Amino acid sequence: MPEIKVTPLGAGQDVGRSCILVSIAGKNVMLDCGMHMGYNDDRRFPDFSYITQNGRLTDFLDCVIISHFHLDHCGALPYFSEMVGYDGPIYMTHPTKAICPILLEDYRKITVDKKGETNFFTSQMIKDCMKKVVAVHLHQTVQVDEELEIKAYYAGHVLGAAMFQIKVGCESVAYTGDYNMTPDRHLGAAWIDKCRPDLLITESTYATTIRDSKRCRERDFLKKVHETVERGGKVLIPVFALGRAQELCILLETFWERMNLKAPIYFSTGLTEKANHYYKLFITWTNQKIRKTFVQRNMFEFKHIKAFDRAFADNPGPMVVFATPGMLHAGQSLQIFRKWAGNEKNMVIMPGYCVQGTVGHKILSGQRKLEMEGRQILEVKMQVEYMSFSAHADAKGIMQLIRQAEPRNVLLVHGEAKKMEFLKQKIEQEFHVNCYMPANGETTTIFTNPSIPVDISLGLLKRETAIGLLPDAKKPKLMHGTLIMKDNSFRLVSPEQALKELGLAEHQLRFTCRVHIQDPRKEHETVLRVYNHLKGQVFPFFFYPPRNGLELIILR
Amino acid sequence: MKLRYCLSGHPTLPCNVLKFKSTTIMLDCGLDMTSTLNFLPMPLVQSPRLSKLPGWVLKDGSTFLDKELKECSGHVFVDSVPEFCLPETELLDLSTVDVILISNYHCMMALPYITEYTGFTGTVYATEPTVQIGRLLMEELVNSIERVPKAQSASMWKNKEVQRLLPAPLKDAVEVSMWRKCYTMPEVNAALSKIQLVGYSQKIELFGAVQVTPLSSGYALGSSNWIIQSHYEKVSYVSGSSLLTTHPQPMDQASLKNSDVLILTGLTQIPTANPDGMVGEFCSNLAMTVRNGGNVLVPCYPSGVIYDLLECLYQYIDSAGLSNVPFYFISPVANSSLEFSQIFAEWLCHNKQTKVYLPEPPFPHAELIQTNKLKHYPSIHGDFSNDFKQPCVVFTGHPSLRFGDVVHFMELWGKSSLNTVIFTEPDFSYLDALAPYQPLAMKCVYCPIDTRLNFIQVSKLLKEVQPLHVVCPEQYTQPPPTQSHRTDLMIDCQPPPMSYRRAEVLTLPYKRRYEKIEIMPEVTTWYVMMLPRRLLNMIQKLGRSDHL
Repeated sequence: MPEIKVTPLGAGQDVGRSCILVSIAGKNVMLDCGMHMGYNDDRRFPDFSYITQNGRLTDFLDCVIISHFHLDHCGALPYFSEMVGYDGPIYMTHPTKAICPILLEDYRKITVDKKGETNFFTSQMIKDCMKKVVAVHLHQTVQVDEELEIKAYYAGHVLGAAMFQIKVGCESVAYTGDYNMTPDRHLGAAWIDKCRPDLLITESTYATTIRDSKRCRERDFLKKVHETVERGGKVLIPVFALGRAQELCILLETFWERMNLKAPIYFSTGLTEKANHYYKLFITWTNQKIRKTFVQRNMFEFKHIKAFDRAFADNPGPMVVFATPGMLHAGQSLQIFRKWAGNEKNMVIMPGYCVQGTVGHKILSGQRKLEMEGRQILEVKMQVEYMSFSAHADAKGIMQLIRQAEPRNVLLVHGEAKKMEFLKQKIEQEFHVNCYMPANGETTTIFTNPSIPVDISLGLLKRETAIGLLPDAKKPKLMHGTLIMKDNSFRLVSPEQALKELGLAEHQLRFTCRVHIQDPRKEHETVLRVYNHLKGQVFPFFFYPPRNGLELIILR
Repeated sequence: MKLRYCLSGHPTLPCNVLKFKSTTIMLDCGLDMTSTLNFLPMPLVQSPRLSKLPGWVLKDGSTFLDKELKECSGHVFVDSVPEFCLPETELLDLSTVDVILISNYHCMMALPYITEYTGFTGTVYATEPTVQIGRLLMEELVNSIERVPKAQSASMWKNKEVQRLLPAPLKDAVEVSMWRKCYTMPEVNAALSKIQLVGYSQKIELFGAVQVTPLSSGYALGSSNWIIQSHYEKVSYVSGSSLLTTHPQPMDQASLKNSDVLILTGLTQIPTANPDGMVGEFCSNLAMTVRNGGNVLVPCYPSGVIYDLLECLYQYIDSAGLSNVPFYFISPVANSSLEFSQIFAEWLCHNKQTKVYLPEPPFPHAELIQTNKLKHYPSIHGDFSNDFKQPCVVFTGHPSLRFGDVVHFMELWGKSSLNTVIFTEPDFSYLDALAPYQPLAMKCVYCPIDTRLNFIQVSKLLKEVQPLHVVCPEQYTQPPPTQSHRTDLMIDCQPPPMSYRRAEVLTLPYKRRYEKIEIMPEVTTWYVMMLPRRLLNMIQKLGRSDHL
């Protein structure tokens, strides 16, 4: 029986290092190629030796698909393609292709230049890697080879985030990457058509959360920022340069404008200005409202938000600083955090998910004494707030997407095992489909039952559809014909044509048996009654009025 | 069997309907605007010359038409709101059209007439740039006509008996009964709301019977050719394609291969002119005029070639010593057009895409605007009159010279031989466009820039993609009437192309032999061989029982 095999090399019952291998109808596809923020050793990259021990990866993979530019989805790409070695196609959307190399370079700088690691990928490797990237449009059907095709859908997680459908013949897999089902201030909602894939691989970051209305969350956020600023405190918001940062900037910008506030808002690193440029040029990927009004006012030209200088951190008085990276695991956000952590007037707001092992995760789980580099202990007195602004679908959103796509099986990745377990039960109950949640390195096999495409000669089709009622396009219909399997193709033709084509003589078989029936009626009446009786009872599909040499009954 | 109805006779503004596997598909709905050349220009500012024209009097002295027709510069023009020649609406019931496929923004200008007046209930498919820029073109059109209130609309002259008595070209104008006034903005919005956005190479299923796919055609932002196919038949619709490297994404030729029928429309209207040479001539004429202290007027559409012209000028002005000459772009949609051009990175050629990745704006007119060399205004009223400095270069519409801000500049600058008007859009004959302004002292330069396929490129393309049959407008099967010796200016292929003309119905030749069905996987496990035995058992059982 045909089967689809899925093995997560990362993101199996875990968040971070997304990398999922899919084998479908003899094709091997790798979905995402991410790094893990929680590790600094070998575990940060997926274990590609799983794919092959000594051969080249190009021989084993037909293509690689990157869903969006976050490093936990693309951070291992240069390592994978240049250091391990892969020359096949890598697919991503245009904005992802534009932004991905910048984040990779940033990541490389932090790792190599700041932490002094060696044996890491170089700038040149990032460039060479990006040369292998093929950019795709939304909804464009990309023919990877004769049989394998992929198609991107809008995912609404960050600029350029996409879901992908992978299709070979009648079999298909849909992979969501990270997605968001509710439109926000700058992005639209994820959308997929009723593509009925054999398997839907969905993220499940917020598998158990049903988030309250976005408006409440926003009001809450603004209130907390406002209060802190009012009492002269400093607010640190660790973010990734692209994504939630822009969302929160728009939120604060409009609030500052409305309330006429004067406290400065800063955005760290030169990356940001560049980042906003990308949003301006890829405005077609944002939500409808921004797209409609961009000629009059571009939402990504901020009036109140200025560039941050390192020296500003020591300035007295209130301020709001957006600093990268988002999980407080390195870089500027961590530096500022160390400076401000000791003052209870200050506040840090974590607007997104934090991977285990990061400082962000530690303070969110209540830890107030942190061991920093060099055995130094940092006491956290500032207020720590968590506000979920990550653009992931919550449990309701995940269910909604499943309803939209109508998959035959569901597989959960990019979430925590305990939460997945809960969601898995819910999905199985509500949709009556199998739901899987493999751990890293564990293979899930799904059996598919694809229909068999056949060419039918037009003559036969017309003859067969002429019998009986008009065919209903959606319902199966019985047809008689001869199936010829030749050169890997199936053709259904009339028996006469088949005989002619194959140069065979026609033979007739007759099955007879003698049955005695006691019936006082006339012969033809009896025949009719036997026929009608059989017609009603047996083989509704196979039973036709006597024809094609099937002499029904001979009476004596 | 496929039937094809031709609703427009204009080879570059096509409107065809294809009946294919019980699906009715309209291919483009171009609006023939050459009809407006028969009308008087609509000045934005009261023009003493145009308002005092004598009425036209018939040879026998009767004057009943003098309100409708005016004599101007030795020609007779209709004094009324300009009207456009619609596609044929009587040839088939347009409410039966299931879908409309749009190939580029110039070929959708008749859309509101089709979607709002014919009972059409289907879906329109087009790419995002096509829709956005198409909207701008329509907005400009509606705006420039509605801005000049002209109470009068003339209809008497359209009477067949009357029309016969009129001088040429009015006498020979075809289908005048089909001419209609411009649509309104609400109608434009309603029409555009019926459009569904598609991307290149997207496979769109129509009722499970037909699959349609837009392909990049290289002519304009978002311009597409369409593949219409079932499992065994493939019709390619090629409309407005270009192989030149300008700003749009290059043409996708490979996907056109193995077509049973290839419908070929929208070739270059000026097959003898080389676009590159024309751009050079444009620049040198512009520079010469400005250096002599004159003004340059460029009648143009608000999107398309203007982006390329601005890019050329960006590279040219410093070397030509023109850096202090102001460039004005005047159109109600000038700002939108310039802004929109910068956000369609995915639809641009490779070079421009690479710039966006940096991230930089793909078109250099962003820099021209930033350095104040290029200024844009919604109309000649308002800010423009304060900023206006001569000598200058003005880009404005409409290229027919019958409405829009261009009329004002023709009246203003026409009397001086220092000034130049440079025609770059190929849609209108420049002599006809100029007719109501004669006599002119102003210099007129004709540099038509049409980047669409020429006949050499077509024959190369056909050799490459090898369609079984080619279908094209009849104009392409013979040399142009003015150059009847140029047999190279026609389509040459084997078998010879099938040609069509307005209001004609064509039966396309290709017949399929196979169809695709799917066998349910269960069939493979059915006990087909068991059947006769079960039947026998059944009959035997019957015989033993008292059923009968």
